Amino acid sequence: MSDAMRAETVSLTGHQGDQIEGYLAQPLGGPPTGGVVVIHHLPGYDDTTKEITRKFAAHGYLAICPNLYYREAPGESPDDAAATARANGGVPDERLVGDVGAVVDYLRGLESSNGKVATIGYCSGGRQSFLAACSLNLDAAVDCYGAFVVAPPPKGAPLKVSPIVNLAEHLSCPLLGLFGAEDGYPSPDEVAQLEQALKDAGKPYEFHSYEGAGHAFFASDRPSYRPQAANEGWQRIWEFFGRFLDTH
Amino acid sequence: MCTYQTTTLPIEGSGKGAQGWFPVTDATVYFDHPVHASPAHTLNIDLRNPSRGPGARVAMELDPTAARALAHAILQTLEDVPSALLDPAADRV
Repeated sequence: MSDAMRAETVSLTGHQGDQIEGYLAQPLGGPPTGGVVVIHHLPGYDDTTKEITRKFAAHGYLAICPNLYYREAPGESPDDAAATARANGGVPDERLVGDVGAVVDYLRGLESSNGKVATIGYCSGGRQSFLAACSLNLDAAVDCYGAFVVAPPPKGAPLKVSPIVNLAEHLSCPLLGLFGAEDGYPSPDEVAQLEQALKDAGKPYEFHSYEGAGHAFFASDRPSYRPQAANEGWQRIWEFFGRFLDTH
Repeated sequence: MCTYQTTTLPIEGSGKGAQGWFPVTDATVYFDHPVHASPAHTLNIDLRNPSRGPGARVAMELDPTAARALAHAILQTLEDVPSALLDPAADRV
């Protein structure tokens, strides 16, 4: 199997026909394959998220990370864009669903797509991955320590978002949840409440919480990085996508 | 963890960013992951002028101890200034 890939910024038509950009990484020369929408964390469309996007392509998937802050800060550096998005209260849920839905359609329309698409998101993107999976027709979704699915943001928080656990009954696909047992956002109690909601709704899910890990344990460029939890988490992701994105 | 604690306030003054000096109109103060500093969490301050675009920003990521020392130094400096100088009318002299 070839290990060649192509990675580049592409123009996308997002929510309500708005032009946005995304970072597309695709393996070259292989058979049709599944797609992954990578939803970036609150710090934005940064180098580490692009690296994650390439990682999915290196493992054989079509992967794309839409720049969710493009409208507010076209062409600006990721940290300036994130500061503006933070000051604006984050990305509205309706717009997020519109953008991710457009990207899902884009992936399914690629010649090298097998028609299956998943979302994965980190931090605020974890909540947004769950939101997308409850709003769009997907084949799999991964929530990496997404906060405010169950509990509202604390007083003084910049994000203008509400709990969405009530959407669990609309989940369209299997959900993989990867959490840190020492995280406060979401807390282990919130993770348990989400799990109960999925059970009550009869939805397929697989949750793993890692001892010794807090928030952002996948972030290899930050002190929160926990190699053991991250390595085990990546293994869970490959197994999960192998089951739900691959054509056997 | 992300703390998400954020305070925003209007301000008046000037800051120097990547494109030089510009008037600043908004401040955001929050405790969260830094982009550049080493600690897991820092006290972050953005002085911005949204009307001039996202790039009109002066950003700081401070160790909590340093942030407290800076805050105290600011307040102490203002305490020590002759009150007449803090009167906008008198300051025009």
